[in-house]
Amino acid sequence: MAGPMRVRATEEGGLTTVRVLMAHPMETGLRRSSDGSPIAAHYITNVEATHNGRTVLSGVWGPAVSQNPFLAFKFRGATKGQRVAVRWTDNRGATRTDEAVIA
Amino acid sequence: MIATRRTVLRATSAMATLVALGIVTAQQAHAAGRPGFDARTLQDALRTLGGAPATSNQISIASPDVAENGAVVPVTVISRLPKTTEMFVLVERNPLPLTVAFTIPEGTEAEIQTRLRMGETSNIVAVVRADGRLFSAVKETRVILGGCGG
Repeated sequence: MAGPMRVRATEEGGLTTVRVLMAHPMETGLRRSSDGSPIAAHYITNVEATHNGRTVLSGVWGPAVSQNPFLAFKFRGATKGQRVAVRWTDNRGATRTDEAVIA
Repeated sequence: MIATRRTVLRATSAMATLVALGIVTAQQAHAAGRPGFDARTLQDALRTLGGAPATSNQISIASPDVAENGAVVPVTVISRLPKTTEMFVLVERNPLPLTVAFTIPEGTEAEIQTRLRMGETSNIVAVVRADGRLFSAVKETRVILGGCGG
């Protein structure tokens, strides 16, 4: 089910690249189990990345992001040794935050 | 009986209750407060985003020409348009075309990489809001095994 995210951040030339691998089943709600009953939708609806308390990316997601979502983005204004935090919230209200030190 | 129902209604979220009672479908519950995500056609989704985007060659979409597995299709969208503040990715032939909507704060590159489910061969439409106006680019990805599951 939902587990820790792997967040990696590297800075080069003032540009910080962040790569995130989230652990989440991302059920679309369109699948049915073998007895024909629908499998309830269970997916990440919101993502937010912050650096020094400032949002550097936010996203609203539908159910079409692949299971164990991958996300990569880049931003300026951070230096090595600082931290980037990524938080996700899903359609059941669960939330998870993980962070990485910028290398 | 009534006491039990009151307990249930207090204990669960309003939306979950409405879904359980069949008043709101699961799809509608997902879409609450999320404009465009419950649109069932590309045109309806674009309408909620603000209208027909102008085609731009300043938006690039990197995705496989052919995806073996529609459940995991890597997609990268880059916008070279100045003042890009939002980036949207739509899969035209998915049951719900709008897949993701990102807000790009100042200082963040207008470049997003993720992996999407595609139900079948479809155009991937990247829409960008730049300086308040909508622009788009399109790329088709052929899908061998659809990614929406059984």
